[in-house]
Amino acid sequence: MDRTIVRVEHLGKQFGPVRALADLSFAVDEGEIFGIIGPDGAGKTTLLRILAGVLRPDAGSLQLFGRDLLRELERARPLIGYMPQNFSLYGDLTVRENLLFFSTMYGASDPAWMDRLLHFARLERFLDRRAAQLSGGMQKKLALIGAMIHRPRLLLLDEPTTGVDPVSRRELWDLLSEFHLQGVTILVTTPYLDEAERCTRVALIHRGRMLAIDAPDRLRASLGHPVIEVIARPILQVHAALMEHPGVLEAVVLGDRIRLVVREGSLSPEDVEGVVRAIPGAIIQEARWAAPRLEEVFAHLMRREAVDG
Amino acid sequence: MFRRIGAVIYKEVLHILRDPRTLAVMFLIPVVQLFLLGYAATTDVKYVPMVILDWDRTPQSQELVDAYRAVDTFRIIGYVERQEDLTRLLDAGRAQVALLIPKGYGADILAGRPATIGLVIDGSDPTVANNAYAAALSIAQNHSTRILRRILNLDPRRMPGLDPRPRVWYNPELRSANYMIPGLIGAILQFLTMLLTAQAIVREREQGTMEQLIVTPIRPVELVIGKVIPYVLIAFIDFGLILTLGALWFRVPIRGHLGLLLALSGLFLLSSLGFGLLISTVASTQREAMLLTYFLLLPSIFLAGFLFPIQAMPQVLQWVSYLIPLRYMLVILRGIIVKGVGIEPLWDEALALTVFGIVVMGLAARRFRKRLE
Repeated sequence: MDRTIVRVEHLGKQFGPVRALADLSFAVDEGEIFGIIGPDGAGKTTLLRILAGVLRPDAGSLQLFGRDLLRELERARPLIGYMPQNFSLYGDLTVRENLLFFSTMYGASDPAWMDRLLHFARLERFLDRRAAQLSGGMQKKLALIGAMIHRPRLLLLDEPTTGVDPVSRRELWDLLSEFHLQGVTILVTTPYLDEAERCTRVALIHRGRMLAIDAPDRLRASLGHPVIEVIARPILQVHAALMEHPGVLEAVVLGDRIRLVVREGSLSPEDVEGVVRAIPGAIIQEARWAAPRLEEVFAHLMRREAVDG
Repeated sequence: MFRRIGAVIYKEVLHILRDPRTLAVMFLIPVVQLFLLGYAATTDVKYVPMVILDWDRTPQSQELVDAYRAVDTFRIIGYVERQEDLTRLLDAGRAQVALLIPKGYGADILAGRPATIGLVIDGSDPTVANNAYAAALSIAQNHSTRILRRILNLDPRRMPGLDPRPRVWYNPELRSANYMIPGLIGAILQFLTMLLTAQAIVREREQGTMEQLIVTPIRPVELVIGKVIPYVLIAFIDFGLILTLGALWFRVPIRGHLGLLLALSGLFLLSSLGFGLLISTVASTQREAMLLTYFLLLPSIFLAGFLFPIQAMPQVLQWVSYLIPLRYMLVILRGIIVKGVGIEPLWDEALALTVFGIVVMGLAARRFRKRLE
């Protein structure tokens, strides 16, 4: 049985002279948490808006549950829940009024389900508070359960955790896991790579193009270059010296340490220690092989894209 | 379908009730406009300040001054002795009309000779000047006839010559409130429905809520109907408010059939709601919607014959005025309220409004899409 729930083929979208999406193809299976990663302006929001039927693409095809989404958009709407990046419920209506309004729009009034959603989101106590008076995190949770009010099978979430404190972020992800357990397929964009780790698969979009798409651990393994982590002082001089080395592809300062992506066979932790010792006054504490992080994979892919394109 | 429309109406009413500024716009503006136009924008010319320069000082000159004192067009503010004082008063605007009676006026009258008098009128305000001019002249002519009759010793009932008997229909006292207030109803209905409809939809786009609304299965027509109905209701509440205040406070007579007036107003609202929707498809912010509304509204106020008569406009502008729905509505309002006419003389206007309503609404419906772009 085909478990593909979303199939995007050769999708393109142009805004005047700006090409937002170019020849984008991918498929999402039922039950996935599919992460879409990319820098600002990569086209993530445009992609989600097209999937939500808010924008129309200029090129390509879109299938949802095996049906042409563009042709049967209105019939597909009840199957999709969409949470835009900016708060999009009515600030001057209360939590209850907002949820009732949207459930009526979907013709899906189910008080028991609404109570459960409120319970999941821990918003029961704020039923009669106007949405504008909720904290940022609570607004996001309200928007999320608002998108779930009609029990969609596919959730499209555009940066649901941007601008939210760490506690609310975790609560939002707990909510997502809850919905995922109930069989909802989730497409989520995020600028946070730790959130990408929680996805079943991740797509990296850059300038409207797909750079990579795979499970997070497979993506990490795909870097193809070893990584060395160095703890040394003074960190900026050490960083500058390591950047000079021909074997170093990338060197990024991360807190108290430096992460190096190096050319295979060109540089070992011992070589790094040698480089650091050659700097007058520098002290090395540690240099060791490390597992690649998603960030390094993406930085590397984007750099290669920039060189190629 | 009806549940969704009902929910949109309910939500819209909540927005309105929770926004004091919108409420103020909806109910304060009509009332303020009504009182402004009822009192200030009156074209009735009354109590024009008049100064007298009487070099004659005879019972005859006094009689002439009394003739001017007897009408309420003029208010005699006093006498001056010298011409410079008269000029000063006119310059300062404290007097707008001056009556000059030369020395020898009384003697000329008594001798049965032609007697000259001078009238100076401040023409800087043409409305006042025209009325004052006509009134001053007709008072002088009446007085002249009286002098003639006395000299010829004629029985007033057997006076030769014309005996005109003008009769003013519909508005015998020529009160401008009877003209302005019915017109105001049309202007307010148009302004409110256009502006509020446009803003109600643009606000959803501006605040990002439209994005959430679009992804629901609501149909554009349901959204439009639900959004528009509250403002139609408000328009009719304002309609009743202005009509009631106009009748009770400004004593505007309501002679025609109210049901007919309501029905034709509904027809008129089609086109102004349509314009509001069209604006909402073009404007992306509430400020833009506001500016566009004014841009469309101002010419329609000036060209539809709300303040200035269409007959007096250059031919080109008269043609343009045919494109303004308010023009037809004003004829209907004044016809039904002031003249008390039925539908027969208003068929053309009703037809024009129907055509406009269908065309504008059709255009708006074609442009209105459930999409963000």
